Amino acid sequence: MSGPDCWIEGGKTPADVTRDIASPLERGPSPSWWVALAASAALFGIGAWALAYTAWKGIGVWGLNRTVGWAFDITNFVFWIGIGHAGTLISAILFLFRQKWRTSVNRSAEAMTLFAVACAGIFPIIHMGRPWLAFWVFPYPNVRGPLWVNFNSPLLWDVFAISTYFTISAVFWYVGLIPDLATLRDRACGARRRILAALSLGWDGSMRTWVHYESAYLLLAGLATPLVISVHTIVSFDFATSVIPGWHTTIFPPYFVAGAIFSGMSMVLTLMIVARKVAGLEEYITERHIDAMSKLVLATSWMVGTAYATEFFVAWYSGNPYERFVFVNRALGPMAWAYWTMVCCNVLIPQLLWRGGIRRSAMAVFVIGIFVNVGMWFERFVIIVTSLHRDFLPSSWSSYAPTIVELSIFAGSFGLFFTLFLLFCRFLPMIAMAEVKGILSSGHGHAKGPTASRERGALA
Amino acid sequence: MSRAVLISFANEQDALRAALRLKSGGYRVLDAHVPYPVHGLDRALGLPPSRLPVLCFFLGTAGAFSAFFFQTWVSTIDWPVRIGGKPFYAWPSFIPIAFELTVLVAGLGTVGALLLSRGLLPWRQARADLAGTSDARFVLVVQEDTPGYDRHELWGLCRDCGALRLDAREEEG
Repeated sequence: MSGPDCWIEGGKTPADVTRDIASPLERGPSPSWWVALAASAALFGIGAWALAYTAWKGIGVWGLNRTVGWAFDITNFVFWIGIGHAGTLISAILFLFRQKWRTSVNRSAEAMTLFAVACAGIFPIIHMGRPWLAFWVFPYPNVRGPLWVNFNSPLLWDVFAISTYFTISAVFWYVGLIPDLATLRDRACGARRRILAALSLGWDGSMRTWVHYESAYLLLAGLATPLVISVHTIVSFDFATSVIPGWHTTIFPPYFVAGAIFSGMSMVLTLMIVARKVAGLEEYITERHIDAMSKLVLATSWMVGTAYATEFFVAWYSGNPYERFVFVNRALGPMAWAYWTMVCCNVLIPQLLWRGGIRRSAMAVFVIGIFVNVGMWFERFVIIVTSLHRDFLPSSWSSYAPTIVELSIFAGSFGLFFTLFLLFCRFLPMIAMAEVKGILSSGHGHAKGPTASRERGALA
Repeated sequence: MSRAVLISFANEQDALRAALRLKSGGYRVLDAHVPYPVHGLDRALGLPPSRLPVLCFFLGTAGAFSAFFFQTWVSTIDWPVRIGGKPFYAWPSFIPIAFELTVLVAGLGTVGALLLSRGLLPWRQARADLAGTSDARFVLVVQEDTPGYDRHELWGLCRDCGALRLDAREEEG
């Protein structure tokens, strides 16, 4: 294949795209899919047991104590929210920058965003202790006054940020799906056709509709871009607006947003590299796509690394002994192993991506992606636990270790994520067919019509 | 009821070329049905740009102001509570929620307007004669009862642009 604009291999025509993407969904699932679904659902089952146990007994079954009041719960919350951000980066920000390669990966990246935000949402709700009263976080007219929520609290801003983010991501994803659902509808029959007909809202590809559709899609991209930045900014406010040394820093918003995109992009790569192999989509998600995403991982790795160094410098330069102590304690204290795991996974290992050969090797990028995900989980753990466990008063110093219940909830969140992702792969087109068709012609000069065999229709 | 014909093409270039020639030939192309937005076809059809951005702007503004004023009303008039020594009207802390509501109202409202204005509703059915336009078929809908209309001349024009077939249909409205 030639041409800098050609991102799809194999000289595809629009009809090829429909067949390649839609026909696997019309066959029965493979045995390996059932095995993967069973394993994910079982993992989610373990998490469901732990969630029920937590709700029944209270959060005393976790390893928290008076000094370390946030640990696994909030670490996992920030981790999953961060994973979601790459989906919005790919679907909205790269759309605004007219990056054509996004069309191969945006659908599954957006699905990943939704599922990751759903996983993230579990943690703040259960850590309230009485999850059945979670609706109290919304300012609705109530019989207690009405007693309103505290609009000065970043935890409340989080409620609005996460719920807006989930809603807008879901709408963006669905709007993008409508033309593809119509494609599936036109190939289906029976009950499947009726369901798809309802979901595709009578879409008929009218150019009059496309004009408004494209406008709405661009507007959603324009809205989602500042939204995604605001969401992780507000998540970082949960920490930055407190007066805890190690949390109370102005660098947190950009540092969290960069870290979110870094971890999310690695998760997209990890998932895509497996999915393209399993679904046989190598001609759509090519080595060039992996290469482009790897460059984003490398760039954001440097942003995160720079933030680590800046934090340390500012802790020293501030002259504040508490601030200095927290950072020395992070690097040399009892949880130094977590700190150095984070530095190795997030700053050192991604440097391998400078080599083009490594960026184009799916296996190498997959392994690096896993390391980055581990590292970014540890980043949140380090920020939360090492800042808390040795506080102002040495007599209240403590440590933290997760209980089996917390570990099960964390494992269960992965189970939920993979269960949802596997269902998505089976029932919805993993690649945005209409969008990919739209970029085919730009690489070929002109689309290849079946000129020779053209059926010259008679006048009706 | 105005009569119309559907002219099918195998690719976007042929459909676009035909639409431009039909327009200059005095035919009225009512609409096109295509698997993906073909850029240039909107102008060939003489479609005005979407006004959704204007609506989106006003919805966003409405979201921002209503969220800001609601927080102000709650914190200063309905039930002022002194929290952490902060003033009741702590306006900077109202900004994040005002921003989120800007995005939420503008996003949901724009999509709602798109779906309602184009009649995209769950019980709506696409016309059977448009099957394939979601795959790889490009269809131009040309009005028939216009002065000087000649189906043979129309087909000749379209065939020169690579049209595959022509079908008659009843166009509503």
